[in-house]
Amino acid sequence: MSGNPLAYPIISALKDGRLYADDDSKKVFIKGTDGKVVDASNGQAVATLPDSASAVRLNNRLRRTIDAALGSLTLLSPDASVRIQAAQSVFKSHEESSLAPLDAALKNETNDTARKALTGARAAVVLFKADASEADKLDAIATIRARGDQEALALLSGLPGDAPPAVARAATAAMASIKGNLALWSTVQNAWYGLSLGSVLLLAAIGLAITFGVMGVINMAHGEMVMVGAYTTFVVQETIRTSYPAAFDYSLLIAVPLAFVVAGAIGVLIERTIIRFLYGRPLETLLATWGLSLILQQAVRTIFGPNNREVGNPSWMSGAFDLGHITITYNRLWILCFALAVFIILLAMLRFTRLGLEMRAVTQNRRMAASMGIATSRVDALTFGLGSGIAGIAGVALSQIDNVSPNLGQSYIIDSFMVVVFGGVGNLWGTLVGAFTLGIANKFLEPAAGAVLGKIAILVLIILFIQKRPRGLFALKGRAVDA
Amino acid sequence: MITSLGSLLAAPLSRRKWLAAASGLFLGLATLGPASAADDTIKIGILHSLSGTMAISETTLKDVMLMLIDEQNKKGGVLGKKLEAVVVDPASNWPLFAEKARELITKDKVSVVFGCWTSVSRKSVLPVFKELDSILFYPVQYEGEESERNVFYTGAAPNQQAIPAVDYLMKEEKVKRWVLAGTDYVYPRTTNKILEAYLKSKGVSQDDIMINYTPFGHSDWQTIVSDIKKFGSAGKKTAVVSTINGDANVPFYKELGNQGIKATDIPVVAFSVGEEELAGIDTKPLVGHLAAWNYFESIKTPANTAFIKEWHAFTKNPKRTTNDPMEAHYIGFHMWVKAVEKAKSFDPDKVIEALPGIKQANLTGGISEMLPNHHITKPVFIGEIQGDGQFNVVSPDDPTKAKLVPGDAWSDYLEGSKDLEADWVTLKCGNYNKVTKKCGGQGS
Repeated sequence: MSGNPLAYPIISALKDGRLYADDDSKKVFIKGTDGKVVDASNGQAVATLPDSASAVRLNNRLRRTIDAALGSLTLLSPDASVRIQAAQSVFKSHEESSLAPLDAALKNETNDTARKALTGARAAVVLFKADASEADKLDAIATIRARGDQEALALLSGLPGDAPPAVARAATAAMASIKGNLALWSTVQNAWYGLSLGSVLLLAAIGLAITFGVMGVINMAHGEMVMVGAYTTFVVQETIRTSYPAAFDYSLLIAVPLAFVVAGAIGVLIERTIIRFLYGRPLETLLATWGLSLILQQAVRTIFGPNNREVGNPSWMSGAFDLGHITITYNRLWILCFALAVFIILLAMLRFTRLGLEMRAVTQNRRMAASMGIATSRVDALTFGLGSGIAGIAGVALSQIDNVSPNLGQSYIIDSFMVVVFGGVGNLWGTLVGAFTLGIANKFLEPAAGAVLGKIAILVLIILFIQKRPRGLFALKGRAVDA
Repeated sequence: MITSLGSLLAAPLSRRKWLAAASGLFLGLATLGPASAADDTIKIGILHSLSGTMAISETTLKDVMLMLIDEQNKKGGVLGKKLEAVVVDPASNWPLFAEKARELITKDKVSVVFGCWTSVSRKSVLPVFKELDSILFYPVQYEGEESERNVFYTGAAPNQQAIPAVDYLMKEEKVKRWVLAGTDYVYPRTTNKILEAYLKSKGVSQDDIMINYTPFGHSDWQTIVSDIKKFGSAGKKTAVVSTINGDANVPFYKELGNQGIKATDIPVVAFSVGEEELAGIDTKPLVGHLAAWNYFESIKTPANTAFIKEWHAFTKNPKRTTNDPMEAHYIGFHMWVKAVEKAKSFDPDKVIEALPGIKQANLTGGISEMLPNHHITKPVFIGEIQGDGQFNVVSPDDPTKAKLVPGDAWSDYLEGSKDLEADWVTLKCGNYNKVTKKCGGQGS
């Protein structure tokens, strides 16, 4: 590198699209992150950008070159995370010219993680350096083998074919060991993906476990309650974006109670105006709620348009971290926690509150409960509202991983019924176990059978299971069954 | 409980009841336009789903057609007659497409129909158009392997989109390993078959091709994205060619971003992701991923700037994006107008005769021509996704001077299709076999 102090600002500006070129005056400008404009040829401040200047556009090839160049330039950055990132890009580009800055960086490195990354990067450079000694290359392979991740594997398999035999042998052995290790990790990863899919299924189904499971209403409009929750999130985020952009990270915290209230209120309204006249007539309920789901979808389509709406991820829900050799994305992790929290709160509510007690009483024996002075129709409305409200807060979580479109609900309704029926109607624990079983089974089938066949296989398995145990995993026993 | 669900649905009385209720609902939604019309107007059918899964893509096309018809009327209509749009809603329901097409042609007596998005909807209306001898303009990129007398294909055939995109990746990105990922239906399956044959003809071995299909609306991409990551770590440059359709793209791109797959490591080139689809996501983690289309909103030509301005004025929304199928309707509509003027008649037979050879300036600086095989010539652009949800054209260098590629109905890379030729001018045949010298090969 030339050592010019402007090299770094120019290249990083190019990377972020802050480098402007003016065709008329043949000058190049850097727009700083603070909005100040600097002439790139001499570093002097310029008042404003000329109108004819436009941002320098990049393509992938340039971007790769820039990453590699920035890697060498930022190896000595005072920020440890920048150094680690720099080491990563050197590891990928493994250019010989990076060796000197790498050695310099290693000399004063105090941070352990950064040191490890730098050592790895150095090994990568040595391995691909034509004139490095065989012993050095073998050492390098040992270092890379210890790293043991996908990228190490990619690096080793990219080794040119003319390597000395000892090096080639060592590389093959290292690759085999890394592959074996990664195969083990992929089982762990499948389990995690299964848990994550299970948590999504649980969220989607848990509201239905109340309306269908506890109340026995075949609620085809359940998916639309999820959709209403997702659109509530969208409205909340839009309001925050236009009025209080600083509070964006809290948008979901605000959306959760709001979605509960909105979807719950719609639920109560539906129960009061439609479903209460249809108790004990499952067929008519099915048709009425299905019609209702179409009406709700078209209503949303008319109000918000048929296109997807953008719901952003707050910063604490974006990105991923590595645990061993698996990547865990924050949004999936939070959704898992959220699903479990909703489940526990709901369970506690049914168990310990007065409303919960009344709900259980009414669903177990309506006439007896009425004789005891419980206002059964009020409890019905509240129960349906609760189930719908929970579907609404599921919508908040699902808006983070799926499209927010009028069709959002449709894609979850089948899965939700599948989970509730498989787990056993009328039992919340059944829903929990059912969701996670289906999620994990699906994710272990998927790599072997593919996504399409995997889904079919799951449906076939459920049909077989229902043949054997028509009441699902956790069947209710006693007189409640026949009520 | 679920055991009774099946029998519930099968109960005859209520099913009929429901159907009546549902069709009542659809009819109510469909008959929004004015019903009566004077004799000096010519009707144009618009057959795009305004409800159901495909509404997301097709509603825009209905709007652009209304805009084009409106604009033509301001210029005095065609042959001195005003145009009138008849909008129907086939509700993303394939058999309903055929029903609505029949209704448009027989009841509303439309002169031409602009419509359909998915290949299955097009296949469903084909017999209707053949039987009643009317004209359909189909504006979406599709898998090819078809050429019908009554249909004009203004979207891209595979040789106008998929193959140039693969060529770009091979040349510019030096890609050696390929993931062909698609939704499980006819367009991705045929396109991937063509691409697989093409890659093999270029010396790519079977081990370096991974093919993956997912169901419609797939939302859990964790396993597939990590498989792609694994496949890409074999030391050879890897790229994903995506024929993933519609809604499933958003979670796919979100998962790519979250798992940290950057375009500089494994670029994804998509054939079904346009400005419209990107409007629903934060594109910052996707910068550098690619799409291949015949039009991008970001291409600066006077015609395109005027079109975008008019679109914003018509929809009263300065944020509405424009996309490739919209341009296809723009070209198709103007070609139809020119053909009617050339034939001096609205009679479908005469217009079908007049259409091949009609030239119309497209929005990106070229002149597209309707070919004898009922496909058109189009420029091919490769664009990179930018942080603002738009595309930056990376190939060709000057998009306004792009070379136009003639659409090929029958792929040259598939057995059984490479000998076929479509020519409705001299051969009067959509599937002429060059070897046996007979009309009527594969297909219809």
